[in-house]
Amino acid sequence: MKTEELQEQPQPEPGPLPELRSPRQITWTRRRLALSRFWSRYRRSPMGVAGLVILLIFGATAILSIFADQSTLSKVAVTEADIAPCTFRELPCPPNANNILGTDADGRSVFWLVVHGARMSLLVGLVASVITMVIGSLVGIVAGFVGRFSDTVLMRMADFLLVIPWLALAIVLASIFGQNIWVVIGIIGFTSWPGAARLIRAQTLSVKEHLYVERSKALGAGSWYVISRHILPNVMPIILANAILVVAIAILSESALSFLGLGDPLRVTWGTIIEEAFSRGATSIGAWWWLLTPSFCIVTVVLGFTMVGYALDEIINPRIRER
Amino acid sequence: MGTQRYVLGKIFQAFLTLFFILTFNFFLFRVIPGDPVALLTKTSGVELSGEQQQQLRDDLGLLDPLPTQYVGYIADTFRGDLGVSTFVEPGEQVSTVFFRDLPKTLVLVGTSTIASVALGLVLGAYGGWRRGRALDLSAMSGSLILYSMPEFVLGILFLLLFTKYLHLFPSGGYKSVTGNATGLAYIADVLNHLFLPWITLTLAYVGEYYLVMRSSLLDVMGEEYISLARAKGLRDKLVLRHHAARNALLPTVTLIALSFGFVLGGAITVELVFSYPGIGKLSFDALRKHDFPVLQGTFLVFSLAVLVANLIADVLYGYLDPRVRSSA
Repeated sequence: MKTEELQEQPQPEPGPLPELRSPRQITWTRRRLALSRFWSRYRRSPMGVAGLVILLIFGATAILSIFADQSTLSKVAVTEADIAPCTFRELPCPPNANNILGTDADGRSVFWLVVHGARMSLLVGLVASVITMVIGSLVGIVAGFVGRFSDTVLMRMADFLLVIPWLALAIVLASIFGQNIWVVIGIIGFTSWPGAARLIRAQTLSVKEHLYVERSKALGAGSWYVISRHILPNVMPIILANAILVVAIAILSESALSFLGLGDPLRVTWGTIIEEAFSRGATSIGAWWWLLTPSFCIVTVVLGFTMVGYALDEIINPRIRER
Repeated sequence: MGTQRYVLGKIFQAFLTLFFILTFNFFLFRVIPGDPVALLTKTSGVELSGEQQQQLRDDLGLLDPLPTQYVGYIADTFRGDLGVSTFVEPGEQVSTVFFRDLPKTLVLVGTSTIASVALGLVLGAYGGWRRGRALDLSAMSGSLILYSMPEFVLGILFLLLFTKYLHLFPSGGYKSVTGNATGLAYIADVLNHLFLPWITLTLAYVGEYYLVMRSSLLDVMGEEYISLARAKGLRDKLVLRHHAARNALLPTVTLIALSFGFVLGGAITVELVFSYPGIGKLSFDALRKHDFPVLQGTFLVFSLAVLVANLIADVLYGYLDPRVRSSA
């Protein structure tokens, strides 16, 4: 039998409810109502909506870039016609009618570099965030729910990783494991879970104390049942909101690693574009378009994720909402 | 009495963590693919016979069993012997290189952290107190943008603006290469070079501290003792200064200490942008040239710095919050 009904505190939306027949139907109606209630709240947050718009634009760019001409990534200028109105000696070419965002020192269009860079930068951010949240949730829930010895061991590990300066560790790991995109993703994912684990552990501890969990246990529910039916649904919103914020941090982390030259030499991300521009002296020639276009993208996307994360947090976290 | 026990407990914990870090550091550099001696001969171009290589391995202690090496490493580290640099400063003691570069990083990171913490906390307290007003809204959007900006991007922005276009500050380094100024002129020269990396690191973290302090203050504002202070007829400013801000400060102490690891990461990239010859630049050079002893040393120094920052925060917390002392 389902015990989920007990945890439903929010009042149903006013207005006529559809006629309910099966428990399954009840569940789905409840979920639909919860979702529409959530959306109507989210819509009222200007920060959340602005962030969402930013993410949609960049997300669409990243997806569409798959279908764009991939050769723009490797195509260096061969003849001066490729880079008109500039000449070879004038490279990197400032923004002009042919290349609205100018070119890099090899005559490649900065616009196309940045468009293709969006794909990798977002991918690294998303995958690293998923790894972080999977480890963080697992550790947090086990530590919070099982408690005792596992709690002590897991939280000691988390505390230990928290005091390790991540970039110094990343430098060491990257110099040991080499440079490719999966190493970068792995480094970010495996070094950033402690924060998430702590948060989720705290939430698990508070959910565990609820009466319905006690009741469920009294009726003979096993650990797995309680975790999947009671703990996880209650911890999930926090996991999701945090995952969004972690994407922002992961994108920042990737850019820092790439800037130090630890990125994948075979893939273009916004970080590697800045690294190449900087190491080839773009600051001293004043090739601002080459440096600032990818920088602008990083800042905007991170801002987008942060704003969405904050907006979600404000809706989910009732303590903030009440004020 | 309570305070003493609390502090001693924290120091003991820090030593435990230090031990973990040392162990971690030791094994991390044992999993590096390739034999260090082979790597050394290959990259330095010095021809060594098989016998000489074996002799070198013996000298470096690489033939000893792992536990012996481990004990040797711990003992050496506590004696301040961090090994010999292979490629960055060939033949130089790593600890000597650190003595040269560490003070520069300490000055840069130390002063900029103090500045950004002070600015962030004060602004955050006022912003949270006057939530939604002009100051809060502008500081909030500024903070979000600064938070979203990698430190090196901010650095590059300043480099373009102040050095390339306005010619106000030198592009990098620690002091003028040609100048052999002394006294005040020397200090002015060093400060002139320090300014851009300093303002970059300061501004890069003001946003984060603003957001932390603001949300902490908002948490406190719902408390009953704030209502009581108001009901007493206390002036608004005094409620903020004596009741709200003080309590809001507590949770930020831990968060600031934890963010210190990120500040050090930021220092690495900022030192690179301004070619400021500190530990961050050193670790970058070591990374480029595969100088593992230096890399191992910088990792230790960075971890130690975060450890000390956290220890200070813990002790400070105990001092600020009497409840912690009595329960410890």
